[in-house]
Amino acid sequence: MVAIGYNAIYSVTEIINFAQGEFVMLGGLFAVFFAGTLHLPLYAAFLCAVILTGCVGFAMDRFIIERARDKSVLSLIVITLALSIMLKGSAMLWWGKDPYSLPAFSPGGPIRIAGAAIQLQALWILGICALIIIGLTLFFRKSIYGQAMLACANNANAARLAGIPVGHMVLLSFVLSAIIGAAAGVLITPVSMMDYDRGALLGLKGFGAAALGGLGQFFGALAAGLLLGLAESFCAGYLSSGYKDAVALFLLLLVLFLKPEGLFGSREAARLKKY
Amino acid sequence: MGRKNWLILLGTAVFICIFPVLVMKIKAISHYVDVMIFAGIFTLVSIGLSLLMGYAGQISLAQAAFFGIGAYTSGILTTRFGLNPWAAMPAGMVLCGLVAWIVGVPALRLKGHYLAMATLGFGVIVNIFLAEQVNLTGGPSGLTDIPAMRIAGFKISSEIAWYYLVWGIVFCALIFCLQMLHSRVGRALRAIHEEEKAAESMGVPTARYKVQVFVVGAMLAAIGGSLYAHYVTCINPSSFNLMWSIRFMLMVMVGGMHSLWGALAGTVLMTFVGNEWLQMFAEFEILVYGSILLAVALFLPGGIVSVVPMIAERRRKRSSTIEDAVS
Amino acid sequence: MTMAAPRSDAPILRIEGLEMRFGGVAALQGIDYEVPGGIIQALIGPNGAGKTTLFNCISGVLEPSNGIISFEGRRIEGLAPHKIAKYGVSRTFQHVALFKMMTVLENVMLARHPRTRCGFLAAGFRLPGMRSEEARIREKALEYLDLVGLTELAGLDAGTLPLGKQKILEIGRALATEPRLILLDEPAGGLNMRETEELGDLIQQIKNLGVTVLLVEHDMNLIMDISDRIMVLNYGEVLASGTPAEIKENSAVIEAYLGVENGASVISRKRPEGESGY
Repeated sequence: MVAIGYNAIYSVTEIINFAQGEFVMLGGLFAVFFAGTLHLPLYAAFLCAVILTGCVGFAMDRFIIERARDKSVLSLIVITLALSIMLKGSAMLWWGKDPYSLPAFSPGGPIRIAGAAIQLQALWILGICALIIIGLTLFFRKSIYGQAMLACANNANAARLAGIPVGHMVLLSFVLSAIIGAAAGVLITPVSMMDYDRGALLGLKGFGAAALGGLGQFFGALAAGLLLGLAESFCAGYLSSGYKDAVALFLLLLVLFLKPEGLFGSREAARLKKY
Repeated sequence: MGRKNWLILLGTAVFICIFPVLVMKIKAISHYVDVMIFAGIFTLVSIGLSLLMGYAGQISLAQAAFFGIGAYTSGILTTRFGLNPWAAMPAGMVLCGLVAWIVGVPALRLKGHYLAMATLGFGVIVNIFLAEQVNLTGGPSGLTDIPAMRIAGFKISSEIAWYYLVWGIVFCALIFCLQMLHSRVGRALRAIHEEEKAAESMGVPTARYKVQVFVVGAMLAAIGGSLYAHYVTCINPSSFNLMWSIRFMLMVMVGGMHSLWGALAGTVLMTFVGNEWLQMFAEFEILVYGSILLAVALFLPGGIVSVVPMIAERRRKRSSTIEDAVS
Repeated sequence: MTMAAPRSDAPILRIEGLEMRFGGVAALQGIDYEVPGGIIQALIGPNGAGKTTLFNCISGVLEPSNGIISFEGRRIEGLAPHKIAKYGVSRTFQHVALFKMMTVLENVMLARHPRTRCGFLAAGFRLPGMRSEEARIREKALEYLDLVGLTELAGLDAGTLPLGKQKILEIGRALATEPRLILLDEPAGGLNMRETEELGDLIQQIKNLGVTVLLVEHDMNLIMDISDRIMVLNYGEVLASGTPAEIKENSAVIEAYLGVENGASVISRKRPEGESGY
């Protein structure tokens, strides 16, 4: 899901938002706040957390990214990087360094399917993820907003000439990706806790999935995400837990080095992109 | 290498030489010597990054990883194998150079965001490796009791001795890099930064140069790492993580990435900020770094060093309009 | 200064079956052509005909989908641009790819790169060999600046020059690599009549030095005045080729350019009375 967030922004702006991981983190922690401190019911906490993070994404674009539109690629990278660590720093101040948890969405132990135990939470994650993908695909293919956004990605100047408000599209993409990232954060907090520092690693792995699936390909992101998750769990059996994280990163490097367009991207389109 | 640069070099050298003398007299700031030692060590790392970012125009979030490889190589070779520190340092350089070459060849084919991500990923992998290989690196608690360095039998243990050793090496590195920049190689690098395709069509093997700069940067970071290891005598992986790579980038950007002097100034400034002035605000550290980085990227991409020419430019523009208005 | 001994009768550049496809679009569809050494070969055609693509394939910026390009008998298709530059092919760009923040002199000095050797270590340690090489680079660069008439501007930043001078500088830079074949991509774009005249003189001078010139241009007067041969490209294929006189009369060319009515007058336009030709 993190990967999808990356895709959303990338599709419109060809920017890779380093703060994506922090959206995930914020989503999780905001939900904890809403559920734990304010004692809101879970689904309300989910919604509030997601909306709040969406606002953060909004603010990020409106106040900062917009100013930086014409800067060099290097500056943009530094900016999103700086934003990500500012978010991390703020989170540390607000929530401290301890990890937090959320109760699972539906009570009950894991269900057994064909000898393997699947956590109910995992089903929630997959389910919501699928919903999001379907929603996004429909959005980008059918709705006029979606098509407009894709137009911006292809050629911002032409889109402007056609009357598409590019600035708004970019804003929308940031909000979308913030929302999706936040949703991801809320979904996994019950499974594996959330603290201020998790953002970076999640963000990196999410990028790995995005790259593996081919930037801009939503289904690719899903497939890649599943693949990465499987690879990680598989290796966790053989390697120590620290190295588990390295697996996803290693795969990321492999993809970038050998097949930057990802498994589902097309070679030609990749050549035309500015990497 | 240009009279201007020799003058700055001389001036800076003089300042560096007399700095301890000035500072040791005043009790309150006498520990600034210690801070400057760190600044010197970090400068070695940031010069490398400056070459890569400001001249060749590539980005790397892996400098802390090379810093770490240099430090750990020195540490491991001297503690477990009893090697002489002065032999371990070149070993660290060679290892870093090799790794940089292996990673650089595929990575530097990428551009912009992808390169950033690739170097970021590499840096994190190295950090994980350092933390996990307990047998080799001591794991999260790291290595301790790293022996001191000796020159001709004299143990380098006092702060003053370290100060002059580190800055001596920094100046050698500066001279090497400045001379390199004012040559065929330097022109090629600047050309690659501005118009890569044109440079390539004029016979510059751009891919090869990018990798070479990456390797040089890594080797400089390795020297820094070795010195660091012997100075602090105990190292652990947390000094070589992503935040540190970002810190190094901050040092280069604040000072001005298009000039080595910028890297130097930025590093000294940020080291003082980090070690001294932020001590009371430890929790805010990350936030502050992020804000500074953001501010610099948005408003002053040329760094501090670019402020001087900007002021001169503005003064010139102002006076010329007055003349026009009068005549 | 001599740059090249005119070679034998073998063509300096041979293109066989060159194809370049971008996804579904075929920018070049099967080009076969030979360029004899020592001439000024013009390449014309409507926008989108594939001229810059052809240049990019020859200079190595693009790898062709199919086909063979041979320079002086050596196959160069798909090679890296810097290798091709070393073999003796140089070029200018449509959008003037000068190093704007470097000085005029430094731009030309950079072009000496393929003919010089000092690397990182020699430069860093300032070895004696490097110093003498630097001096030679500077000397040669000044010679080329002199050749194109820009010596007084040597110390200025390249970005501050007016467009006409920038174009000349770019040609001077391309010459400094000591090419035997130079590709000029719309050098007259944006130049006024006087500047275009000077450009024409410069190109003739280049030819006299023994360098083969491959010239893409839209300025018909310039083309007709200085070219020895013209190749007309349309939709990625060679439409016609021959001497200027032949091309002028070629009905297919006229039609491709501007439609039957106006094309003839464009191609065979004479200069206004009172102005001399070259």
